Amino acid sequence: MSHISIDKLYKTYPGATPVKALEDIQLQVAPGELVALLGPSGCGKSTLLNLIAGFEQPTQGQLLVNGAGVSAPGPDRGVVFQEAALFPWLTVWENVIFGPKVQGLARSEYEDRAHEMLKIVGLSDFKNHLPVQLSGGMRQRVGIARILTLGSRVLLMDEPFGALDAQTRLTMQELLLNVWQQLKPTIIFVTHDIDEAIFLASTVYVMSARPGRIQTKITVPLNRPRTVADTASETFAALKLEILNLIRH
Amino acid sequence: MANASLATLRRTLLGMLVPAVVLVIWQLAGSRPDMAGILPTPIKVIDGWRDWIFASPGMGLNPYLGTWVSNVQYSSMRVAQGFFLAALIGVPLGLLIGWSRLVQQIFDPLIQSLRPIPITAWLPFSIALFGIRDMGAIFLIFLGGFYAIVVNTTQGARDVERNLVRAALMMGASRRHLLYRVVLPSAMPSIFTGLRIGLGISWTAVIVSEMVAVKSGLGYVLWDAYYVGRMDIVLADMVSIGIMGYLSDRLIVFIERKVLVWRMLQSH
Repeated sequence: MSHISIDKLYKTYPGATPVKALEDIQLQVAPGELVALLGPSGCGKSTLLNLIAGFEQPTQGQLLVNGAGVSAPGPDRGVVFQEAALFPWLTVWENVIFGPKVQGLARSEYEDRAHEMLKIVGLSDFKNHLPVQLSGGMRQRVGIARILTLGSRVLLMDEPFGALDAQTRLTMQELLLNVWQQLKPTIIFVTHDIDEAIFLASTVYVMSARPGRIQTKITVPLNRPRTVADTASETFAALKLEILNLIRH
Repeated sequence: MANASLATLRRTLLGMLVPAVVLVIWQLAGSRPDMAGILPTPIKVIDGWRDWIFASPGMGLNPYLGTWVSNVQYSSMRVAQGFFLAALIGVPLGLLIGWSRLVQQIFDPLIQSLRPIPITAWLPFSIALFGIRDMGAIFLIFLGGFYAIVVNTTQGARDVERNLVRAALMMGASRRHLLYRVVLPSAMPSIFTGLRIGLGISWTAVIVSEMVAVKSGLGYVLWDAYYVGRMDIVLADMVSIGIMGYLSDRLIVFIERKVLVWRMLQSH
């Protein structure tokens, strides 16, 4: 059974000239799968993510997570935002435990887990820092630690590394792969960076714009665990060229 | 290091230049016989002010001997009461108006239609309602502070970053949590802006209402001293109001710096 199941999904923004953001989307994501939604800006990839997150409602079609329809955002689907979206008035620690705290869990139920997740993302020494005191990459680490602490089984990531410099981005991609290997959550990763999509995902869905649709499904033939060396392999280069040709047309 | 302190000295001296010139001209102009009763010299103002603060009231026949502290207290207490009331009602109401469409539809038209009426225009009505008593002054001070606080708080609550709300909902926050843990802290910088503007207006309101509606405080002394021709007290009173306004503003800024550490770090 798929973890996320999307069938004939449409999203149209009403107005004088209605905008067809998504048209006839079909998508099946297996539990523990890491998929990438790849496409130019305006192709509706973020809209699709927002629908799965429950931030917006589809105009038409079926959207199931764990077999149940999505009507609102919830802790089962953790979102990592483009600009981290941490609460600037809370420390790293307070940001990470925000979820369990508002859900009314007892401290003992989440503290160990929060410590562990901060350790996984390498921020154990920054618990008392405010977000403004961190670099962009560190803020995204907090964003990841916070949904891991939340215990989300689905991670929805909206171009989370897009604003980072190349080196930091690579470190973050490796970190994400590492987290995924350890905890095996289902991940939908939105990006416009072809290299990033190939390096991270098992399956890449290439999307096209106006109206936003899924153009092609590509299975990435790289073994796990992956390393930076994979990005210099022939298989990688060949796949990149294939996708580039797809996007050009 | 030496350059920096030299630059500071230069800046201080430049800043003092015009005030010094004004003081000299004032002293010269005030010494002219035809200015008697209109413009007392700075020295006379300081003398009068000193007596107003420190001199023994004696039999209490001269209201400008040793009564400064109690008048400052009267005015400050009224400002504190009216302003506290304005913040107590203005902040929660502003948050709700900015956050809930329903509350906005209920309260916004009323506030927006009353707001263009200057608080000074409320004076006669306020006296009719409360009489020549503290309540009249406090009502005006409340009104003056209230608009600024409610309008700025509303704006702050409206401008909450959408992704922060989404992040909170994603983590399982209820609507009540959103209000307390996301909207309120997000709006805090705007709330403080509103408090500072509101406090300034509250000082205007206290002076105006004391001139008319009560028989004590810096505003009352200001008008009373003018009537009996004590222009030195008028001027000393004006400066006193300025100092009190400045100090109370500094107090809010002090609290703001404590509360909004994250914001201070952000802007540096």
